[in-house]
Amino acid sequence: MTSVQVRDVSLSFGAYDVLKELNLDVPEGEFLVLLGPSGCGKSTLLNCIAGLLDVSEGQIFIKGKNVTWEEPKDRGIGMVFQSYALYPQMTVEGNLSFGLKTAGMAKDEIARRIARAAEILQIEPLLQRKPAALSGGQRQRVAIGRALVRDVDVFLFDEPLSNLDAKLRSELRVEIKRLHQKLANTMIYVTHDQIEAMTLADRIAVMKGGVIQQLDAPQVIYNKPVNRFVAGFLGSPGMNFLDGEVEGDAPTFVATDTKIPLGRYGFGDAAKPGKAVFGVRPEHIATGDAAAAMPFQVDARVELVEPMGSDTLVWTKLGGQSFAFRVEAERHLASGDQLRIGFDPARASLFDGQSGSRM
Amino acid sequence: MAEQLLRAAPELAVASAMPARARALSGPHGPRPRRRFSRRNVFIYGTLALVAVYYLLPLYVMVVTSLKGMPEIRLGNIFSPPVEITFEPWIKAWSTACTGLNCDGLSRGFWNSVMITVPSVFLSISIASINGYALANWRFKGAEVFFTVLVVGAFIPYQVMLYPVVIVLREIGLYGSLWGLVLVHTIFGMPILTLLFRNYFASLPEELFKAARVDGAGFWTIYLRIMLPMSLPIFVVAIILQVTGIWNDFLFGVVYTKPDTYPMTVQLNNIVNAVQGVKEYNVNMAATLLTGLVPLVIYFISGKLFVRGIAAGAVKG
Repeated sequence: MTSVQVRDVSLSFGAYDVLKELNLDVPEGEFLVLLGPSGCGKSTLLNCIAGLLDVSEGQIFIKGKNVTWEEPKDRGIGMVFQSYALYPQMTVEGNLSFGLKTAGMAKDEIARRIARAAEILQIEPLLQRKPAALSGGQRQRVAIGRALVRDVDVFLFDEPLSNLDAKLRSELRVEIKRLHQKLANTMIYVTHDQIEAMTLADRIAVMKGGVIQQLDAPQVIYNKPVNRFVAGFLGSPGMNFLDGEVEGDAPTFVATDTKIPLGRYGFGDAAKPGKAVFGVRPEHIATGDAAAAMPFQVDARVELVEPMGSDTLVWTKLGGQSFAFRVEAERHLASGDQLRIGFDPARASLFDGQSGSRM
Repeated sequence: MAEQLLRAAPELAVASAMPARARALSGPHGPRPRRRFSRRNVFIYGTLALVAVYYLLPLYVMVVTSLKGMPEIRLGNIFSPPVEITFEPWIKAWSTACTGLNCDGLSRGFWNSVMITVPSVFLSISIASINGYALANWRFKGAEVFFTVLVVGAFIPYQVMLYPVVIVLREIGLYGSLWGLVLVHTIFGMPILTLLFRNYFASLPEELFKAARVDGAGFWTIYLRIMLPMSLPIFVVAIILQVTGIWNDFLFGVVYTKPDTYPMTVQLNNIVNAVQGVKEYNVNMAATLLTGLVPLVIYFISGKLFVRGIAAGAVKG
């Protein structure tokens, strides 16, 4: 069953269109991540689903019910904000119970729900504290608890981890994933952090300019990006892009002196000659003995080495353009060294030079 | 070939041992010494002292004069402290000084002022805070126009509106009464107070308001349960502005009331500017000090909160 359905939703502020006829179906129990750079409309879409912003056009359904004109509280949603948005003058318990008291719920039911949420999130010892006396991670846990006690169908997360430091972020990321496995609610999660998106999502919707560019499982988005924007947005370090041309009947990608045979590349349509961008991820490039087994091989001269601890990023030039690849950390390379690298064009991506979409 | 490229790991440089803790350090170390009587300090404190004396001198003259008897004042040494301290002028100013036909001192004006100030402050702040909250958080249609009109209102000189307001008050039957003056103060306080509250509420994180809406709170619940408890500093600022403004008001007081309902400032003027009889400088000074006491006390009680409130509007978080 569809949990959240967005139908032809547009939103404009004056002449500026933030969302453009956007369609989205989220099945029940799915963890959907809206990913995109700032200003792409992902938070706006979340606010529209929550009912905090009125849409200019279109409809929103939650659990099959048209909620386009409903107040946020009547939509069956709970929301977690980036800045936690805890009520500073209330204790943790007060924060958790505020929504329930406003709804006029019985006292023992409120107590029961708070106890359950506190147990799930392990915030029992904090219940009598004020938000100011909590750490960032604890605050965000309370904020999640506030959504939890409302016993809703859909959880909305608006960049919930962006205010935390890197260590806490990865800890809470795991906790959110665990929470989703335990509750099996529908969750819609907005972030600009691709690692969060990759690790948490059942499906990722990559957005740009108020339009969903690609909506698919994380692995598909990572390996088969539909256009150059998606390819460049996911992955760190980013994908290598080589500008060049597709030539010949047996299609070959040519960038000045480098010729990459595309026999093994899975073209969407028939290969057509013309300007193109060839993309390959640094982690898909082999060196040393492994390179010898690759369909495409080339000699490279090391220009710059970036050791990252777990592995090392090496910069070189291919066809006169910057090109990076990964080697294991134990390899000690220095600039000026020569070595052989290779990769399989079947794992690469080829984009149209004009439209930027996948070929 | 690749094997040839493998280099031996560079030998780890052994870090030199940590220096012994108790080594005597030569050259500059620790906090930089500061001279107490540097040219900078002398200049700063000198200027501060000068300005303080400049402002405090009139106050000093008023206090000493109010504690002297008339014969001592006639000697003409206005800076010399009183030889014989007397509280007679204070008592006279409070309870027996004459203004026109009434000879019950400032006490009548004091209570009039209290009865004007308290409801005016309460009403104007209540309404303005709700206005500001609605303008900042509930962007209703026409909010921008409403706000612009209000801000323009803040720049119109009061004198322009004196006579039209007289007519309005006469028509609704409040002319000359305390409640008429309360109404006038409430309305005239509205632009600046609304502006103050709107900016304060706009500086609070918007996500709090959104969270409260998701929690099902409506207009009044959010105002009373979420916004009000977070707004103590700005309320203190508003109270100080309004109490001092309304207490010190002379123009509206003299125009819209009659002798029975004159506020303290108007009565003070009538005492000090009385033309017949001897000029009782000591009584005048005491009366002036009495009138200025209320705003002064308010400042001393809430000075700290006042500064915090002003800053809260300006800096986020």
